[in-house]
Formats: sequence, C-alpha cells, structure tokens
Amino acid sequence: MDVIAPLRREWNRNGLLHVMVWPALFLVLLYHYGAMAGLLMAFERYVPTKGFFNSPWIGWDNYKYVIALPDTPRVIVNTLKISTMKIIFGLITPVVTALLLNEVRKMAFRRIFQTIVYFPHFLSWVIISGILMDILSPSDGMVNRLIAGLGGKPIFFLGDNNWFQFTLVASDVWKDFGFKTIVYLAALTSISPTLYEASEIDGANRWQQTLHITLPGIVPIIILLTTLSLGEVLNAGFDQILNLYSPAVYKTGDVIDTLVYRLGLQQFQYGVATAVGFFKSCVSLILIGISYFLAYRLANYRIF
Amino acid sequence: MFTVINYLLLTGLAAVCMLPFLHVLSISLSSAQEVAAGRVGLYPAKFTWASYETVFGSAGYMKASLVSLERIALGVSLNMLLTVLLAYPLSKESGQFRMRTVYVWLFILPMLFSGGMIPTYMIVKETGLIDSIWALILPNAVPIFNVVLLLNFFRGIPREMEESAKIDGANHFTIMWRIYVPVSMAGLATVFLFAVVAHWNSWFDGMIYLNSPKDYPLQTYLHMSFTVKDFSEMTPEELEHYFKVDDRTGRAAQIFVAALPILLVYPFLQRHFMKGIVLGSVKE
Repeated sequence: MDVIAPLRREWNRNGLLHVMVWPALFLVLLYHYGAMAGLLMAFERYVPTKGFFNSPWIGWDNYKYVIALPDTPRVIVNTLKISTMKIIFGLITPVVTALLLNEVRKMAFRRIFQTIVYFPHFLSWVIISGILMDILSPSDGMVNRLIAGLGGKPIFFLGDNNWFQFTLVASDVWKDFGFKTIVYLAALTSISPTLYEASEIDGANRWQQTLHITLPGIVPIIILLTTLSLGEVLNAGFDQILNLYSPAVYKTGDVIDTLVYRLGLQQFQYGVATAVGFFKSCVSLILIGISYFLAYRLANYRIF
Repeated sequence: MFTVINYLLLTGLAAVCMLPFLHVLSISLSSAQEVAAGRVGLYPAKFTWASYETVFGSAGYMKASLVSLERIALGVSLNMLLTVLLAYPLSKESGQFRMRTVYVWLFILPMLFSGGMIPTYMIVKETGLIDSIWALILPNAVPIFNVVLLLNFFRGIPREMEESAKIDGANHFTIMWRIYVPVSMAGLATVFLFAVVAHWNSWFDGMIYLNSPKDYPLQTYLHMSFTVKDFSEMTPEELEHYFKVDDRTGRAAQIFVAALPILLVYPFLQRHFMKGIVLGSVKE
C-alpha cells in the first residue's frame, strides 16, 4: 500500500491548514490529554519523586479508602441537593422574569432592566463573595439590619448549616438569572404574534394565552437549557463554594470538588483525590452524553 | 392593574440586583466610623476618598493588579492568535479538509472529559510552570468555546472571497490574514472581550500554581484577603497581608476597584454577548 503519495497530496493541498492547527493542538495534547495520563494516580500510591509511571500500583485501594471516609456520603448528598436546587430555581426565576418582562411595552424599561440584571454575571465569585460577606454579616450587614428592623434575630447566612445551602442557591440565581432571562426573552419574542391575535379573536384572556401559547412556545428552549445543564450536576459551583464556605459549614456546603481540593492540594493525598476526580469525570461524561441525547430527541438540538 | 403590579415587581427585582453594589460603593466612600456605627445605607455618610487612597497606595494591591494586566496582555494575545489560527482551518468543510472532523473532536473531547484538578496540577508542575506567570496562560491557552464561535463566524463569509483570492495565487495564510480577519472584526471583538473577562476574573489557577503572594494576580490576592479562615495554613507573608486588610471600607474599595474594569467594558460586553450566544450555541 502506498502511504507516502496520499500524504504528500494532502500536504500539498492542505499543508498550511494542518500547520495552523498544530500549535494549539500541541498545547491541548500537553495540558489536557497529558493530564488524562495523570489519571493513573487514581490507582497508585503516588510518590512525587517517582512520577505517574513508576509509583506503586494499588488498584482499587484508593476507592476503598474514599468510600470508607465519613465525608463521602455527606459530600455526595450535598452536591446533588445543591445542584438540584440550583437547576430548579435557576429555571423558575428567569422564566417567570422573562414572562413578566414580555408584558412590558416600554422598550426603554426592558433595556434598562436587562442592563441592570445582566451585570452580576460578568463578575468573578471573588468579587461577589466579598460583597456577600459584607451584606450578610450577622453583626453589621445590611440584610441582618433589615431583619432586625422587622423584629427578627440575626441570621448567620454564611456560617449556619441551616442557611448555607439557601445562601448558595439564592446568590447563584441572583448572579445568573439575568443572562438566562435574556435568552428566554429572545425565545418569547420569536413566538409569532399571529397566534396571539388568533386567540384573541377566539376570546382568550391573557392568562389563557400565557398557558396555551407562550409557555408551549418556550418549552423547547427550556428543555434545551435544562438538559444541557444536566452534565454539570456534579459540579455544584466549586468556584462559588470555595469563596463562600468555611469549616463551620462543611456539613452542608462541602461538595465533591471541594473535597478533592482539600484532599489533593492541601493534604497531598494525590492518589485519593485523583480517584474521586476520575469517578466524577466519568459520571459527568455519562450525564453529558445522556443530556445531549435527550436534547437531540426532545428539542432537536445538535451540537455540530 | 396588572401592568402596575408588573412594573413594581420588575423594578423591585432590578433593585435587588443593584442594591448590594450601591451599598458596598457607599461603604467604600464613607468614613470608617460611620460605617462601623451602621449609618451607611445606600449613599455615603461623611464622604471620603480615604479607602481608595489606601487601595492605590497599597503595594500589594497594585502589584497584583499589574500581574493581572501582564497576564491579560500575554494570555489574551496568545488566546487570540490560537483562536484565529484554529478557527480558520476548522471552518473549512470536511469535503475540502478531511482531517477537520478529527481535529474538531480532538479539541471538543477535553470539554467533555478532563483529567481533573490534581492531574492537571501535576502536568503544570512537570512542565516547570509552578511559580511562573505562564501557569496562568499556557494550560488554558486554547479557548475552544471562542474557537467555535469564531469558526461559525468564518463560515458565514462567502466562499467567493476565498476562491477569487486563490485564483490570484494567495495561500491559506494570506487568505486568512488579508480577507477573513478584516471581515470578522465583530466576531474578533466578541472573542477578545470574552478572553479578557476570563483572564481578569480567573483566580483559582493563581492560588494553586503560585506559591508566593507577590506573584498573585488581583483576583487571587483578593480571594486570599477575603476568605482565609484557617490561620494555621498561612505562611508568615500571608498572615501579615491578611491582618492589614481587615476593615470594611478598605475591603469595599478593593471590591470596587477590581470590579471597575468589568463595569467599563460592560456596554461592549452586552452588545457582543448576545451575538455570541446566538452564534455559538443554538442551531436548528
């Protein structure tokens, strides 16, 4: 079989295109695929001086260790609880807001509203946590002063296990509902006005219109965004949590990624941390696969 | 009636979004005693620039800002270069460029499955990037989401332009630089803005790959100021740094100055973000 001639033909025709791809490819191969080789650590008792390929192989021992840890069930439960709440409220809030905003006739109001609510999305969680730590402070934060003014006792939002998950979900919704509202609003405005007109002729009131025209009109995009977020369920917002949590709220705030972080980078149990991370990546991959398949079937969405 | 309630509700919602910022801004512009006494609401009490003077006079804060700027200069340049270099070949149809699909999958796969935090840390260590600013730049030098965005943009450019250039004897490089890039300024602006914001907001990589607070970019510096809870894990440098920043007006000013660049580019972000969303995601 002649291998050289077809290669030379391809080189002559598209050589430059290949060369253009290679620098980026090199970096991705090194830092992303090279990192995948590091997954071997999940099955080794990793010794830094020996590296990935020479550390002692211990098979499933790391996993046995993790399963026996008291932290593990709690961490998994927290991850799922927090993620689910974020998905639910992260869906209701922008949809309702978009529906309400759709009823507003003054375009100027709409634009100003969007500009305002959209802003927190672009700030880092470091900045937002700085703001939250001030306004949620139990001693002199604005929110607790309000609560005291209404006759209540101060709530330690960031330090009380009864409130921490609420704080996480609420602040996450606050940060991101703005840009989701815009996406839903775009879907709403693309619903054909003739549908509304026809229903008015048939005597439908606003509520009936919303129920039978508007909501079905945005169901595809809702399904799309929700199923796509399924793949992220195990993430539960590591960035946010690492900025807001503290040992006092590990009981309700510790998630899989924060455990991996502490085990790996603070306690140097590289093998164990890698094992947990590996498991999470595999499950996430399966979830992403399922979610893309569902998005394709239910909302006709193709990634390419 | 409904309209009135609607406007009220929405205004209330917008207020909830804005009030925290106004409050923190007011704190930063008020005197420390007024803040401690709880007299600052939505506007400053005893207006003063003092906390901002402290921020700009703080060597640590300014150094960290410079590091962030340096990281943006190097990182975004590399991002843009690689984005354009990738978007052009991958925008060709697979009829013309057969390896295209293979390359695309090679780049998409890491988005779906990764080695994770620890293995990535190991690779960064093995390539000698620990304590170097390049640890903040190289591992994520290829912003695949931006590449897909620009790729779709390139696909919208009429084939005739490329074909007539080919007739005139241009090679792919020339076509890319002389035709595609000038025509795609809007798409490039979008990709550029996303890259800048991503680098400005990034803090975790600085925390794990850099050991000395002197090397921290701004967001990492701020994170260490705001959230350290376990003093036993801090180095003497970090301890000293933490106790220096322990006041509300100072913190508020730090927050505001760090958010300021985002505020400044916000009008442009708004304009380009929707375009980006439309281009990069939903396709029927």
